[in-house]
Amino acid sequence: MYALAIFLPLVGAILAGFGGRALGDRGAQIVTSGCMLISAVLGCIILAEVGLGGNPQTVELFSWINSGAFEVNWTLRFDTLTAVMVFVVTVVSSMVHVYSIGYMSHDPHIPRFMSYLSFFTFFMLMLVTADNLLQMFFGWEGVGLCSYLLIGFWYEKPEANAAAIKAFVVNRVGDFGFALGIMGVFLMFNSISFETIFAAAPGKADATIQFLGFEAHALTTLCILLFIGAMGKSAQLGLHTWLPDAMEGPTPVSALIHAATMVTAGVFMVARLSPLFEYAPDALTLVTIVGATTCLFAATVALTQTDIKRVIAYSTCSQLGYMFFACGVSAYSAGIFHLTTHAFFKALLFLGAGSVIHAMSSEQDMRRMGGIWKMIPVTYTLMWIGSLALAGIPFFAGFYSKDLIIEAAFGANTSVGMYAFWMGIIAAILTAFYSWRLIIMTFHGESRADEKTLAHVHESPKVMLIPLLVLAVGAIFSGFVGYAYFAGDNMNAFWGDSIFVLPGTDPIAAAKQVPAWVITLPIVVAVVGIGAAYYAYMAKPDLPGLLAERFQGTYKFLLNKWYFDELYDFLFVRPAHRLGRNLWKDGDGAVIDGLGPDGVASAARYLAQKVASMQSGYVYHYAFAMLIGVAGIVTWYLVVGSGG
Amino acid sequence: MSYSWPILSLVTFLPTIGALAILLIRGDAKTVARNARATALWTSIATFIVSIFLWVGFDTSTADFQFVEKIAWIPSFGINYHMGVDGISVFFVLLSTFLTPLCILASWEAIEHRVKEYMIAFLVLETLMIGMFCALDFVLFYIFFEAVLIPMFLIIGIWGGGRRVYAAFKFFLYTLTGSVLMLIAILVIYFETETTDIPTLLDAMLDPRMQLWLWLAFFASFAVKVPMWPVHTWLPDAHVEAPTAGSVILAGVLLKMGAYGFLRFSVPMLPYATEYFTPLIYTLSIVAVIYTSLVALAQEDMKKLIAYSSVAHMGFVTIGIFTLTQQGVQGAVVQMLSHGFVSGALFLCVGVIYDRIHTREIARYGGLVERMPKYALVFMVFMLASVGLPGTSGFVGEFLILVGAFEANTWVAALATTGIILGAAYMLYLYRRVIFGKLEKDDLKAILDLNPREIAIFAPLIVVTVWMGIWPAPFLEVMDASIANLIEQHKVAMNALQSVTVAGN
Repeated sequence: MYALAIFLPLVGAILAGFGGRALGDRGAQIVTSGCMLISAVLGCIILAEVGLGGNPQTVELFSWINSGAFEVNWTLRFDTLTAVMVFVVTVVSSMVHVYSIGYMSHDPHIPRFMSYLSFFTFFMLMLVTADNLLQMFFGWEGVGLCSYLLIGFWYEKPEANAAAIKAFVVNRVGDFGFALGIMGVFLMFNSISFETIFAAAPGKADATIQFLGFEAHALTTLCILLFIGAMGKSAQLGLHTWLPDAMEGPTPVSALIHAATMVTAGVFMVARLSPLFEYAPDALTLVTIVGATTCLFAATVALTQTDIKRVIAYSTCSQLGYMFFACGVSAYSAGIFHLTTHAFFKALLFLGAGSVIHAMSSEQDMRRMGGIWKMIPVTYTLMWIGSLALAGIPFFAGFYSKDLIIEAAFGANTSVGMYAFWMGIIAAILTAFYSWRLIIMTFHGESRADEKTLAHVHESPKVMLIPLLVLAVGAIFSGFVGYAYFAGDNMNAFWGDSIFVLPGTDPIAAAKQVPAWVITLPIVVAVVGIGAAYYAYMAKPDLPGLLAERFQGTYKFLLNKWYFDELYDFLFVRPAHRLGRNLWKDGDGAVIDGLGPDGVASAARYLAQKVASMQSGYVYHYAFAMLIGVAGIVTWYLVVGSGG
Repeated sequence: MSYSWPILSLVTFLPTIGALAILLIRGDAKTVARNARATALWTSIATFIVSIFLWVGFDTSTADFQFVEKIAWIPSFGINYHMGVDGISVFFVLLSTFLTPLCILASWEAIEHRVKEYMIAFLVLETLMIGMFCALDFVLFYIFFEAVLIPMFLIIGIWGGGRRVYAAFKFFLYTLTGSVLMLIAILVIYFETETTDIPTLLDAMLDPRMQLWLWLAFFASFAVKVPMWPVHTWLPDAHVEAPTAGSVILAGVLLKMGAYGFLRFSVPMLPYATEYFTPLIYTLSIVAVIYTSLVALAQEDMKKLIAYSSVAHMGFVTIGIFTLTQQGVQGAVVQMLSHGFVSGALFLCVGVIYDRIHTREIARYGGLVERMPKYALVFMVFMLASVGLPGTSGFVGEFLILVGAFEANTWVAALATTGIILGAAYMLYLYRRVIFGKLEKDDLKAILDLNPREIAIFAPLIVVTVWMGIWPAPFLEVMDASIANLIEQHKVAMNALQSVTVAGN
């Protein structure tokens, strides 16, 4: 059963991918969604057995790479952390599969799309069930591949292709760190299997490693390298540039890959490796700072974006920042809790946005929306639910998880913890603000769409709405229900050994003992944010324009996403191309060939003219001459050798 | 394990027998061409089947040479016809026998004139390649090693593209220059030790100072073959002008001769010099990885791009060999095999569209996925394997090399790992320009997808690429003992050398 849950999506992907023509569009949809739904049911059972029943499992498959001490096997590992991830991935993925039946119904390449989605799910499940770093890397790169394929799904669009390559290459930059981290772990522990390295980690707490000429604290170095991988995949500051562009892909992809599952892999990785990170406090500090900074940075950019999906993309980036700084202050369970609730409400928001886009004849720019809430009431309501959950309004999912993170940051009682706390609070205002900015711009006010589009606005079909309703249930209740297990009374029994915190510390308990103002502040700022958005976009619709004009510098800076793309283009992309061209033309062409063969050839040409009479021009003759030469030299040595 | 029949000689000379048979074919041009193709194909398939026995019958528990044949050849100088394989060379034999039938199949329609001669050249080439990997006598090795050049030179020079003569000569001159120095080295070794028997020489201890000179002489020859930066410029030209199948063999097998030479001679026979020159190898390899990856990014010709990527991939191989760790060397051998399949397949991919449109210029393509979905999938698989995606053979080799490199020197590992970023960039960029985008060019609108013959060429390559990526154990087990022995011998030799120096002081 455990293996079945993981491999069913692969079966679906292969059937739909290779049998697409035989199955037809409908067949491919049924096969992939069917496999996925069964897998989701199994995922729920796994969560019940492993998480609630406290019964971790491992499934050995077969050996992968064995080279000397470097031994890696294909093994599926199910502990609570994995079970939670399997649950989230299979449930959200199955909903996205079903939704895609409706959303992609006009696309000419349905089997291909469904196959990619299932293929992605398989890799994601391999990632979370990995029992060693290399298998995790397998899933890690595999989801990257599927992300690349799905972002570039509409291969005729140049922007989609560019975004796909960017996603892959930027992720590769992160994987550069991840790969070096794996090598370092092997050098340090002589193994990369989780079981072994976790057991040996305390003994290596003071070990050092030689890295790039420095004698550095081993675990800190390794954890930072691994974290670079996490930054790439989870779009943290510096390596985030691919995520907004990834919105070129179809919306179900954005919901599944770029909101609910793949981008959270980095958070999962840090939580999974908590037994290493716990002994690397400096690395944790870095995680906190990066997470907190990203959390604020992305929220500021989300304020000015006008593409509905890009707003949500930056919001995802920002929420991932929360999860990271939760891990950074050792509140891994809070981070994973937020990961789970976020998966539901962010997938809901994305699919809801998809429903809007579907209704608006593929329009994504909020400046050409507005005034449509009466026409698509179900979608409208669902977007409200998603936004309430995102903003952390009491009793919606985000309230439990996000506030817990903010409290944990405060409770950590360190300077970086306080930094994260304030960043989190400011980002919370901005989150509420841009969420309602989105709702108001999209649904309220005067409609700014053309008449043809408006006449065509319609509620989405049931096959799209039902998955939305399921996700809405999660967005409302997952926080309330999950709290007891993820961070409440049943917490220790639930997590078991799957998450490690240094003995004697309890960041979750510390989070619960913060002063009352810390607990109420996030709620207050969320309400303030909503109010501000209402004031600026409903009551005084001229205000945003005036502000933008007044603070033009700031506005431009935010609108252009802090100029990261331009900076990278200037620093890396252009120089690489230019350097490549120069090395080719000047390096290879002028210097190496010029001094080497061509130079020698022109010198030889002079001599060659002298002996031209001996040359017949037939290649056979040259070859023959060479053989004679070889034979001659050998003969000469035979003679000399026998003489000596 | 010893077979009662000389299996290595059979594998080696079976293609020659086929070549002789083709020589005897008479009739009108069409019949000759048809029969020559068929004979060549069946001969090469038979050779492959026989070679499978080498793998099946291989004793993985020993590092000794197996299937050994030894017949006195020139007794007065102790030169023997001595053949045998160990866990390293057996795979190169298999690689050669595996790729040759695919190459012949790939030339089925692309080669239209002088088919008979072409097929003969190919079969002779196969004999020479296999012989080179099996030879256990220096003289025998040298003959095979040099003679390989002749059919390759002819294949490029006769059946190549527009600048084929320039390319063929560049190829020939480069490789020959290196080889002359190797010949001198072999002679010096012979005068020192009075033997040309390779297994005997592997245990011989040469004077450290002389080792340095010998090493450089070998290096001159092998570095050109690999090819290492900066003696790589013959490769892009040779590839561009060579016919598709020629490129496949060139990238698939001939490039491995240099690295094989390092593994077979430089490392075990000249341990002191190997240690001494390791920084040189690292430097050149890293330059190769980064420099040629950047150059690949700027290419406008598909074949040139893949040729440059070959140089980068072979840079990984040379790093792996000289880490002298189990992972590094094993990774290097896996990477060579993988590169043999993958870059061979990529050249075949270029060949497919070249046969249809007759250009290799990247800008002339775009949007092929529309008309050629099967082709797009095949190209995708090999592109990903080239990028080193886990689950493909490319990953196993590359990662093991980097693990080995990290143990040896973290700088090397870190710099070489940048290659995985650049590799992704140039391959994805190529794929995008050829396969994705809008199908706008008129002559592409009628382009046909893969035909059954082409699918038959690619299918085995895909199988082996994925197999090696997911379950490489059957490969790794076979080479395990030989590589462990190689590293162990190196350590023993270095220790012995140290104690000598200490005693000398």
